[in-house]
Amino acid sequence: MLNYFQSLGASSLSVLERLGRGSIFFANILLSIPSVLIRPRLLFSQMYSVGVLSFSLIVISGLFVGMVLALQGFYTLSDFGAEGMLGVMVAASLVRELGPVVAALLFAGRAGSALTAEIGLMKATEQLSGMEMMAVDPVARIVTPRFLAGLISMPILATIFSAIGIIGGYFIGVGLLGIDEGGYWSQMQAKIDFNMDIINGLIKSVVFGWVVTWIAVFEGYDAIPTSDGVSRATTRTVVHSAFAILALDFILTALMFGDI
Amino acid sequence: MNDLTDDSTLIKVRDVHFSRGNKLIFDGVDMDIQRGKVTAIMGPSGTGKTTLLKLIGGQLRPSKGSVEIDGSNIHNIRHKELYQLRKKMGMLFQSGALLTDITVFDNVAFPLREHTNLPESMIRSLVLMKLQAVGLRGAFNLMPSELSGGMARRVALARAISLDPMMIMYDEPFTGQDPISMGVLVQLIRLLNDALSLTSIVVSHDVRETCAIADFVYLVSDGKVVGSGTPEELAESESEWAQQFLLGMPDGPVPFHYSAQPYVQDLIEH
Repeated sequence: MLNYFQSLGASSLSVLERLGRGSIFFANILLSIPSVLIRPRLLFSQMYSVGVLSFSLIVISGLFVGMVLALQGFYTLSDFGAEGMLGVMVAASLVRELGPVVAALLFAGRAGSALTAEIGLMKATEQLSGMEMMAVDPVARIVTPRFLAGLISMPILATIFSAIGIIGGYFIGVGLLGIDEGGYWSQMQAKIDFNMDIINGLIKSVVFGWVVTWIAVFEGYDAIPTSDGVSRATTRTVVHSAFAILALDFILTALMFGDI
Repeated sequence: MNDLTDDSTLIKVRDVHFSRGNKLIFDGVDMDIQRGKVTAIMGPSGTGKTTLLKLIGGQLRPSKGSVEIDGSNIHNIRHKELYQLRKKMGMLFQSGALLTDITVFDNVAFPLREHTNLPESMIRSLVLMKLQAVGLRGAFNLMPSELSGGMARRVALARAISLDPMMIMYDEPFTGQDPISMGVLVQLIRLLNDALSLTSIVVSHDVRETCAIADFVYLVSDGKVVGSGTPEELAESESEWAQQFLLGMPDGPVPFHYSAQPYVQDLIEH
């Protein structure tokens, strides 16, 4: 029994310690943001590998999620003769929830894991240490551009995901199931609120972008510099990001839409 | 222990203690590194020679003691000053530590582009000069993955001298090299030291190669300096430890067997 408490205490302490180190690391990232902003080239090249290279994954997934939403929604709505609301249902689900959440989960798997592996391997091959000895701060040179690229890319990717999903829903709803095209768009236009739906969805994706990229760069930087250590860190990035996204989604949803 | 405190000493390591977890790595190390000389730090694997370089470079902090470089205590200065000082220090890592996503040329140009505002034409000339010095001007366009181990180390050496440092630290430069690239590196370390008026610290356990170019040698074992002197003095030293290490004898002050309970007891116990 005593052992149980002891190990519980030890693991809580190590979680707190990691959280503390992660926060200090995040503070260092914030402090080095000005040095990245004067060299935007570093940021642009990272936006390409973090954002642009995730584009096709986001487009294809968004299309399928929108199509499935339209199929599932149609059968439920048509029971009530409300299939004209399909556009609203697809758009609201995507913009408020599925766009930010699914795009962030995909982003964690595609870009987050790559960031952790890249930074972890740079650490394992002494590239980060080498940079320090060349008087180049690896946080400012390597980590911060990647963090900012993730933070900026995530809302853009989530927006693209939702937009493509709505088009996917259109193909199925209007093209396959034969609902009225004008109704699909006009109902959506009438019911989707800019502040309530679109801005709140964007806020979610910014928060998810922040948490996923923070976890990814910290796990890479903090990885044990061996092949096993980097592989564990990469796994942790995906698992912790998924937990963080879903938990934060619940909290944000409760705050944004809880009083409706 | 020579305790020179005049200007000829570039680095003063005083009573440095360092532990990793519960393992004591250094238990009071004192060293003086003379300007313009090649100083070797030798000892068996696992004695923390690389750790010592990291302590000198300010990447690790000793639990006690101090490291003074060119008059400033490297662990007491501000972050900015430390980075200023590091611009004058080159370090050659065992793996080369080249940035793998850019070419040889860009690797050597990296410190110049980070720390100077020189025009690209001048950077090109400087990089080609440094690459010429290590014999790899023709390889400027290759990626690090296309280099052999010896070539990677020479490129890293060109990068380490790109800002014309006052000192350079070599971490196990000869490990895993074929005889030709080993010979090239041995010669380069001495040549560059003399031609560029550098101060070199070579951490190694390759006795023959290191003694051939070192002006002064420190032998480190069990967290302490166990011998020091010129290679000739050490060769003639009567210290059992120096003899064991320099002649590569399997047993001696550094025992062949890792510490364990008595053999017989281990065998009959189960």
